Amino acid sequence: MKMTGARILIESLLKEGVDTIFGFPGGVVLPIYDVLYDSPLKHVLVRHEQGAVHMADGYARASGRPGVVVVTSGPGATNTVTGIATAYMDSIPVVVFTGQVPTALIGNDAFQEADIVGITRPCTKHNYLVKDIKELTKTIKEAFHVATTGRPGPVLVDLPKDVLIAMAEFKYPAAAELPGYQPKYKGHGGQVKKAMARILKARKPVIYAGGGVILSDAAPELKTLAEKLHIPVTTTLMGMGGFPGTHSLYMGMLGMHGTYAANMAVTNTDCLIAIGARFDDRVTGKIDEFAPYATIIHIDIDPTSISKNVEVDVPIVGDVKGILREMGKILPKQKELKEHEKELQPWLKEVKKWERTHKLSYKPGKKGVLKPQYVVEKLYELTKGNAIITTEVGQNQMWAAQFFKFKKPRTFLSSGGLGTMGYGLPAAIGAQVAFPKKTVIDIAGDGSIQMNIQEMATAVQYKLPVKVAILNNRYLGMVRQWQEFFYDKRYSHTCMGKLPDFVKLAEAYGGVGLRASKPEEVEAVIKKALKVTDRPVLMDFVVAPEEGVYPMVPTGEPLNKMLLV
Amino acid sequence: MRHTISVLVSNEFGVLSKISGLFSGRGFNIESLCVAETLDPEVSRMTIVTRGDDKVIEQITKQLNKLVSVLKVHDLTAEEHIGRELALIKVSVAAENRAEVLSIVDIFRAKVVDVSPRSYTIETTGDEQKLRAIVELLRPFGIKEVARTGRIALSRSHRAKQGK
Ligand SMILES: Cc1ncc(C[n+]2csc(CCOP(=O)(O)OP(=O)(O)O)c2C)c(N)n1
Repeated sequence: MKMTGARILIESLLKEGVDTIFGFPGGVVLPIYDVLYDSPLKHVLVRHEQGAVHMADGYARASGRPGVVVVTSGPGATNTVTGIATAYMDSIPVVVFTGQVPTALIGNDAFQEADIVGITRPCTKHNYLVKDIKELTKTIKEAFHVATTGRPGPVLVDLPKDVLIAMAEFKYPAAAELPGYQPKYKGHGGQVKKAMARILKARKPVIYAGGGVILSDAAPELKTLAEKLHIPVTTTLMGMGGFPGTHSLYMGMLGMHGTYAANMAVTNTDCLIAIGARFDDRVTGKIDEFAPYATIIHIDIDPTSISKNVEVDVPIVGDVKGILREMGKILPKQKELKEHEKELQPWLKEVKKWERTHKLSYKPGKKGVLKPQYVVEKLYELTKGNAIITTEVGQNQMWAAQFFKFKKPRTFLSSGGLGTMGYGLPAAIGAQVAFPKKTVIDIAGDGSIQMNIQEMATAVQYKLPVKVAILNNRYLGMVRQWQEFFYDKRYSHTCMGKLPDFVKLAEAYGGVGLRASKPEEVEAVIKKALKVTDRPVLMDFVVAPEEGVYPMVPTGEPLNKMLLV
Repeated sequence: MRHTISVLVSNEFGVLSKISGLFSGRGFNIESLCVAETLDPEVSRMTIVTRGDDKVIEQITKQLNKLVSVLKVHDLTAEEHIGRELALIKVSVAAENRAEVLSIVDIFRAKVVDVSPRSYTIETTGDEQKLRAIVELLRPFGIKEVARTGRIALSRSHRAKQGK
């Protein structure tokens, strides 16, 4: 049967198993919206296209399925760029469909024309301009394939209006044919053996796990390996939840705001096993002094991340899950493992000592003063950790990572690579769409929340009970903290002079607004918020304005030069 | 060190900008880049001359390989290969030095492809050294314009390399 390009698009999405798209209409994509009118696809009407991409991204991070976006040409398309760049940096599978002016007008500075393929080239895994309806299904198939395989990432497909209204036979290809794109999943057997030998020889091993563990759903394999070999584990921000936050082998996050134990362990380890992590500068601190005594084993699906920042001794390119399974198969016998455990005792004791002497902590506030860390602790306690947490960027993000314990993968969603303020609320909405029954909380700053606060309206419209916990310090807190340390407390333009009344604002949108300014009010507010099931809740926690995030490794310093509480 | 990298890419919309953008976005240096269709009209060959230490070159080849449109990346530097560049040189000639210019053209096995009352346009191919030498020899006569292609190269291995 012949169909229009727009109908082919929707039918293709259904073939791909898509159930929800996040979008915002406009002239060029009207043919798509007309088909949507009576299609079974759920469409979430956002308030800003950046929000649409973060929602699709949150949906993808929480569910493991690709997130899908439809927006119009020109400004609709350019508004997606920050969202796309965010997904790109964190390797999140998102497919963005943008409208484009008719092919005959491309390049003519037509109304609402933007070269979105050119603009997004550096921040997409791949992108396409469909110039002929004959290419449409093939391109969509490829887009989903590229977005979700290998190292995942965002893919953009630009759809000129004439392609959307042209007619063609609908035949969806069974598979994508991309000779130049053949991700390597299976790790090299010899390298896997070599790695295992090195690990067994080590006396001070450390696992450093990143977002790749979560992306490849390798948390169970990681847990098995760490437990069998008694290796302490640290994760990056992106790796949170990839290893249970409550496990006795877990040392917490490493890096700039990592725990003392994790950073000391990495500095002293003789064998660092990096798994789905990319040695980001926020993690390594001064690179020459990162894990200076270690043999480095690096498992990653992306060959470009191997030996990019740090020289690696045993590289293994491939899918983390499969490789960890292979390693699991060549473990020594029970008796030897017992022996091995004994040999590691001094190291495990040392790690425990670091943990004991330098716990993550903060000074409780003077009477009546609310500390932001306390709010996060209470959120953890009252949800019993059963929540999906998203964050904005800044101190709120770090406190969320430090004081909430993530037991499962896909429960901590945060913009790690790009550090995008305004990510948390739309990402929370996307996660809530994927899991309508779960508790989803955005831990936010008063600055960040204002970057995409308009999405409150989206949450209200679709009765999504996302919770926002604003750690309201009346500052762009993290930047203020840097000014405090490195610029002599000259707080240049980081004080949010005028803030809206967040409670009234929530109510104006049709959500619930709550406030706590004293420690004793926190519990009641959170409990009340958790009971709301049919609309968003904004909790305004008025916290100590000049609280800092500790520990902190100043930029350019090695990990063991930490400023402690 | 200087490297000659041969890249086979799908001949599709925007592929050149994907490659050149990779270089500019990551701060890699391009000395020259030539591109044209191969025998297969769906595949183009790019010859890229670039400079960097081993680590940089490793990143360049890995990053190129990672692009979806890239079919094959081949660093020719370490193996035997043939590299050529083409130049068109427009040189002033007065009646008294025509013979001398022609003898230079002859020595270099170049060709005069256009003649005007006051100039010759000379076509020459070769490696970079040869092109530099001929330009230097012609310079005293007054070079009006030069157009050069940048390097194209093929491995001397008899096997055509397919796939990544
Ligand atoms: C879009 C964007 N602009 C600027 C920054 C730089 N930045 C990083 S943290 C931060 C402060 C965030 O303030 P707030 O949201 O109030 O959070 P807090 O640190 O106080 O918890 C800023 C401005 C950023 N990360 N993203």
